[in-house]
Amino acid sequence: MHEFLHMGGYAAYVWSSYGIAALVLAANAIAPYVQLRAAKRRIKNQIVAESEV
Amino acid sequence: MMRWFHQLGSPPYFYAFSKRISAGFAVLALGLIAWGIYGGLVLAPPDYQQGDAFRIIYVHVPSAWMSLFIYTSMAGAGAIALIWRMKLAEIFIICAAPLGASFTFLALVTGSVWGKPMWGTWWVWDARLTSELILLFLYLGVIALNNAIEEPRAAARACALLALVGVVNVPIIHYSVEWWNTLHQGPTVTRFDKPAMDIDMLLPLLITAIGFTLMFVWLVLVRMRAEILNRDARSRWVKKAILE
Amino acid sequence: MSGFIALLQRDLLLVLRQRGEILHHVLFFLLVITLFPLGTRPSATLLLAVAPALLWVAALLAALLSLQRLFRPDFEDGTLEQLMLSTTPLSLLVLAKVAAYWLAGGLIFVLLAPVVALLLGVPGTAIPVIMCSLLLGTPVLGLVGAIGVALTLSLPRAGMLLSLLIFPLYVPVLIFGAGAMQAAINGLPASGPLFMLAAILVLALTLAPLATAAALRINFEYA
Repeated sequence: MHEFLHMGGYAAYVWSSYGIAALVLAANAIAPYVQLRAAKRRIKNQIVAESEV
Repeated sequence: MMRWFHQLGSPPYFYAFSKRISAGFAVLALGLIAWGIYGGLVLAPPDYQQGDAFRIIYVHVPSAWMSLFIYTSMAGAGAIALIWRMKLAEIFIICAAPLGASFTFLALVTGSVWGKPMWGTWWVWDARLTSELILLFLYLGVIALNNAIEEPRAAARACALLALVGVVNVPIIHYSVEWWNTLHQGPTVTRFDKPAMDIDMLLPLLITAIGFTLMFVWLVLVRMRAEILNRDARSRWVKKAILE
Repeated sequence: MSGFIALLQRDLLLVLRQRGEILHHVLFFLLVITLFPLGTRPSATLLLAVAPALLWVAALLAALLSLQRLFRPDFEDGTLEQLMLSTTPLSLLVLAKVAAYWLAGGLIFVLLAPVVALLLGVPGTAIPVIMCSLLLGTPVLGLVGAIGVALTLSLPRAGMLLSLLIFPLYVPVLIFGAGAMQAAINGLPASGPLFMLAAILVLALTLAPLATAAALRINFEYA
């Protein structure tokens, strides 16, 4: 286990690479759903506003 | 079969279709990525030259492949959008661009981090990294153009043209940068040469690359759903779909 | 064909009426090249080492600044719409406009090559190669730049965006143009990069006007 984390001395490089990759992929995975929810919310409000007219 | 393709071009049908299949892509993608990364980090033996540092390849190379694959597919969609005026092709380009840019960014950063232990500096103007940097500018140009033009359809069509012009240039840029690099190559070897790879090393790479591709498909499907909702907000089918 | 010649003549006439603009173009080019030695020590070896890059970056920047006059005036006063209704194919008309633009711009740079060589201490033997590379490269700057101008035509202040869009596309011209000049300075044959420039020029001549015409049409599709 310790050897795995140590990565033959290159730990900082390997783990920061994988860390940045994880961050970028996670951000990419979350963003579309946030956008989707915002779009749905906005349209719902619009429908409500129009029906009140 | 052709009928199905035609149906797919209509936003309401595509919306429902995307909703059904994107979850499946998500599961497959995450599964393959997990398997590939496990193979790369744990199962693959350390490289005899680079030791464990070579494991960065499992995020760097798939990202670089994705950056090129996505740009090419944007250009293909661009051709379809311009020739057949297909709205969904236009939407695809807009949604794929940020994903492509982030993969390019990831390729650059991991390439840079990989370079530090290998060549001693955080950045080198080697052919591959320089080409990736220019590709990032091409992506950012598409994103900037889309943000600048107000009318959504005009913006998407302009981006379609830009992506097409860009894709013609990508091989030219790549070749010119390679040529430039051979002229000015320093004494150290500055290429990310894919060594003759053992199957133990190669397999996780391929699995991760396929995983990344499936992840792109999943995410672009979701983004397209949001974009379709935004563009067709006033139409009846959207109102029905939202209220369901 | 007559439409092409007519437009070419008209644009050249317009440029001649504003001769000052040509002068601005030239002065900008020379100023950028002059600023560089002023910002560092004017040692002969240093200047010679950066001369190719400096010449080409100056040419790129000058092209970028002057590109706006390619379509914008016609777009703003409605002439462009009239041109689009003409029987002559739009891409041919685009070619005419870019040709006029180049004759009053890039071509001048070719003639300025000896002056630049003098300023940067470049050996006289390199001048023919420099002129040839500029002759082949500057039209590409105009042709490819036209695509960018057409894409951003409807935007009021598109200067920065235009740069962002076309600088990546200019990279091969920069690399091969500067490469040819560098080879000539070192006394080596420059035929390789010059042939690449010629190839890029042919590609640009055939494809860029089509792309520019398509981009122009997009501006009028969704008013």
